[in-house]
This record gives sequence, C-alpha cells and structure tokens, in this order.
Amino acid sequence: MKRYVMGFERPLAELESKLDSLKELEVSEEPDLAREIEELTVEVDELRGTLYSALSPWEKVQVSRHPDRPRTQDYVAALFTDVVELRGDRAFRDDPAVLTALATVAGRRVVVLGHRKGKTARENAERNFGMAHPEGLRKARRGMRLADKLGLPIVSFIDTPGASPGVGAEERGQAWAISECLATLSSVRVPVVAVGIGEGGSGGALAIGFGDRLIMLEHAYYSVITPESCASILVRETDRAGEMAASLALTAQDLVDLGLADEIVGEPRGGAHRDPEAAIGDVGRAVVSALDALSEREADALVEERYERLRSIGEFTGVG
Amino acid sequence: MPVRDWFKARDDRRRYAPVNAAQGRSEAARGAWHKCDGCGRIMYGGERADNLCVCPQCEHHMAMSAGERIASLVDPGTFQEIDEGLTSRDPLQFTAGTPYAEKLAGARERTGLNEAILVGKATIGGAPAIVGAMDFRFIGASMGSAVGEKVARAFELATAERLPVVLAIASGGARMQEGMLSLMQMAKTSAAVARHDAAGLGYVAVLTHPTTGGVTASFATLADVTLAEPGARVGFTGPRIIEQTTSEKLPKDFQSAESMLAHGMIDEVVSRDAIAARVASLLRYLVPRDGGGSVA
Ligand SMILES: [Zn+2]
Repeated sequence: MKRYVMGFERPLAELESKLDSLKELEVSEEPDLAREIEELTVEVDELRGTLYSALSPWEKVQVSRHPDRPRTQDYVAALFTDVVELRGDRAFRDDPAVLTALATVAGRRVVVLGHRKGKTARENAERNFGMAHPEGLRKARRGMRLADKLGLPIVSFIDTPGASPGVGAEERGQAWAISECLATLSSVRVPVVAVGIGEGGSGGALAIGFGDRLIMLEHAYYSVITPESCASILVRETDRAGEMAASLALTAQDLVDLGLADEIVGEPRGGAHRDPEAAIGDVGRAVVSALDALSEREADALVEERYERLRSIGEFTGVG
Repeated sequence: MPVRDWFKARDDRRRYAPVNAAQGRSEAARGAWHKCDGCGRIMYGGERADNLCVCPQCEHHMAMSAGERIASLVDPGTFQEIDEGLTSRDPLQFTAGTPYAEKLAGARERTGLNEAILVGKATIGGAPAIVGAMDFRFIGASMGSAVGEKVARAFELATAERLPVVLAIASGGARMQEGMLSLMQMAKTSAAVARHDAAGLGYVAVLTHPTTGGVTASFATLADVTLAEPGARVGFTGPRIIEQTTSEKLPKDFQSAESMLAHGMIDEVVSRDAIAARVASLLRYLVPRDGGGSVA
C-alpha cells in the first residue's frame, strides 16, 4: 500500500510498512505471527499518538496540507442537506475555487461559504488549489449579502494557501475583492461562524475567514503569510520555512492564546485525514452549537459585538 | 463611554513627543542632496522640497515622508495631529531576520515618527477633514497593530464628528512580525471604514508608490473616490511572487496606477502638484446629507 508520508512521519512509515509485510505472510507459516502483528499494531498506534500530540508548527502546516484531509466539499456533503449552490459573480465568470451555497444544517437554513481545494492533481488544477480569484470572492460576497437580506446565518470553511497570485487576478482587482468582503462580512446582521479546517493563508483566507466565532481544527493553521513566503522575504531562504512557522504564531493554540480563535476541535489520532468521518462529525457539532448560541442574539447586538471583537485586536503602547 | 471621551482618555496617556508635520523641511534637509531614481539627476534638498519631491527633469514622483505629504495636502497651519504616540509592541517576540524590537526602534530613530502613519484633523481647501499619510521609511509602511488602530480611530473620530477622511497611502502590506494580529487589522480597519461609509460620510484615498498587500486589500480600496500618483505601483501580490509562483510574463506597465485606471480600479491618476486641489474639489461634493461637521 502506497502512503503519502510527511517528513516527520518517516519512523511511523517504516513501522507501518513492516506491519504491512507481516500481514502479507500466511499465518500458518509463522505460529507467533498473529501476536507479532498485534504488538506491532499497538506500537504503530502509540507512535502515531506520540508524534501527533507534539507536532511542531511546521509539522502542523504540513498536516493541514495533507492531500487526504477532508475539504470544504466533504464537510458540506456530510453535514448539510438540501444544498443549492450559487454560481458566478455576475461580472466575469464562476470561480470553482470558492463555494457559495444555500444549505440546511440541523434544521437551520444557512449560507455556506468555503475555499474549495481539490484532492487530485486534476481537481486542484481546476480549482486552483483553493486560491480564489476576485470573481470567487465576489461570488462569496453575493452569498454574504443574500444572507444579510434573508437573515440566514453564515458558515464559512477556511482552507486556502492564499488569494490567487497572477496578472488576471490583479487586473480584475484582487485587493478590491478582498476589502469589499471584509467590509461586508464585518457588518452583516446575521451570525457568522468561521471554521479553519486546513490552511488559512493571508488575505485570501481572511476575506471569508472571520466572524462572531472562529473555530479551528487542531492542526489547521492561520497566518498573515505562508511560512515559505515569509522565509523568502525576511531571510531570503525558503528552507527556513519551519523556523518562520514557529515565529509567526499560526497554530490553532496560538490563535486561542492571542484571543483570535474561540475553540479548538481536536482531531482524530494521526490527523483529520486518518478518520475524516470523525473529524467532520466533531466540526459539525461545534458549528451547530455555535449557531445555537448566536441565534439567540439580537441582530444589533450581534453586529456591535462583532465590531468590538475586531476593534479589540492589536498590541500597542505609548498611547495615543 | 462616548467615543469622544474615549479619545480624550487615551490622549491623557500620551508619552511620546509629538511629531512636527513640517519635519523634512528643516534647513538640514534642504542642504542634503538627492539623486532621482528615475533619471539620475542630482538635486539639493531645497529644490526637491520646493518641487514636492518630484524630479523637475523627468517628473518621477519620489517618496515623500508622511510629514511632507501632509504639508503638501492640507491648508498651511491647520494640521492637528492625533494619536501621535501610538506604536506597536512586539507581541510575538519576533526575532527572525532583524529582530522586530530593533526594527521598530531603528525606524523610530530614523524617521522621528512613532509609527508608519501620521493622522490628524485639518482643512483642505477650507473643508474640514480627518487626514492621514503613511511613511514608507517606517518598516515599509507596513500595517501592524498600531497602524491598524490609528486608521480605525481616524474613521471612528470622523464618524463621530461627521467629517470626511482623506488618506495618502503607501504600504508594503500587513506587518509580518506581528503575525495574525497584523492580518486581523485588515478586517478591523475595513469594519471602521464600513461604519463611516454607512454613516453617509465621504472618503478619498490617494494611492502612492507602492500600495501593496494587506493595506491595498483593506482600507485603501474602500474609498468613494480613489486617486493615484503617476507611476505608483498598486496591487495585492508583488510582481516577484507572481513571477516565482506562476511563471506568467508580466505586462510592462503591470500594477501601475495608469494600468489600474485602464482596468477600472481607480478614478484618476493625478500628478502630485495637483492633488491638494483635486481633493479640495472632491470634498465639496463628498458632503453628507446633513452638511457634516467642522474642525473645532
Ligand atoms: Zn528624474
């Protein structure tokens, strides 16, 4: 069996391939084999637990990018019913890197937004690795405005390395598309629950990635800049991305410590990609309970609290 | 507490020396010489200042300090700085590259500013406004907590006093050294602009070279009317990153103010000596229905 192995998983992969080869042997040829397999299985599981309970920030970034990690579309398919996708920005085209949909979760009608990474090379080519073009963000903004008009809560799934870089994106106003989302999302008179499920790269993530609650999966990250770009700009060496990941305070725990995230949803042992169903279920419960809590708020109070929440972010002195 | 008292309470805690908005026009600055980045012409500081830092030979618009910018925009003697003492802390104890604490100290020392933006009340062509200018010499005019705070307070004060906002913007983007706190300033400043907008008040942005990254993707692109200086680079992702990640060939005038005008993203490219008059004209139109406030 071929596995996608991240650098820090190498000792684990070695044990696993040993286990695989044991399993291929006939039990009759080796009387102690069954016991050996059992012991090794326990050892593999324990090692996985040890590795994943102490991931470095850079290792978490790698886990957040794992090709088998559940994506926005997996969460939507499993948690929501009666999903009606909205397409296009009414100006240029439909951007498949961004999902905007009407959907129902636990009996509640909502607008779902999300970055839509693919799992295969082909899907990723189509969806630009979940990197939104301006038209994708403008489609998301259509969703925000519709939610505001109809009084539907917004649930947003964050999973992108960043907004799409490129000539077309710039010429069509990538910066304008982002700032308009920020202005709109800050003022919609409905509950907004954002969930970091994988990568949270810079302005492209933030455009749909804040609200009244920010829920982070345990190994998801959220950062002002990707560790690689940070290394390239600050120290001009991309191989120091690991060091940058540690400096940038980008893990779910860092975000909680900084007062930016409200809740961490623990991942199954070995990461969400090991047991997508369990991870998706846990995220679903966290989202529904956040929606339940927020739905009792009056719209004016909700918008005021969201504004105060944003306004309180920052560390400065010498006031001022 | 009412917004005005809140500002007053903060005023009482000022610790840093106020910045003279006319700094850069000192005699020492007039004596120093500069080389034009456009054509290489040498000019003395006095000639440079008299020309608003525009090369008389090739009309290249050179960088201006925030103080010089304010002086070029507002009616003489009307600028009253606010929140001048505000400066970022080093919340992440960020040491990659040049340690952030050193970078901040160096920038303060070099520029005489406490942060990368100067904000105050002034009149332009007689019209009262909240006016701000960013200074690229201060860590690339990047936006960290303090820049975000000053921008948010500027819009809140303008909302409370029913004034328009005029910002001269330059920036390398969100300040990496404050991590997510910097990224969130994009949402914070945009939220403050949105409230000012919803209150029916006007906002003019003047984009100068370079306006990029997280500042472009937040308050810089939410104005009612957006002007830019000739040749200014205006964009989100930098050309180097685009070339590295996409192998796309960039058009010759990529992200220039002129190209952004052609693509419908800004309203006008205005040469520096005409900006104050243009802003004054705009402020005559950007008046709220109730007539707006005045500078006390
Ligand atoms: Zn010149």
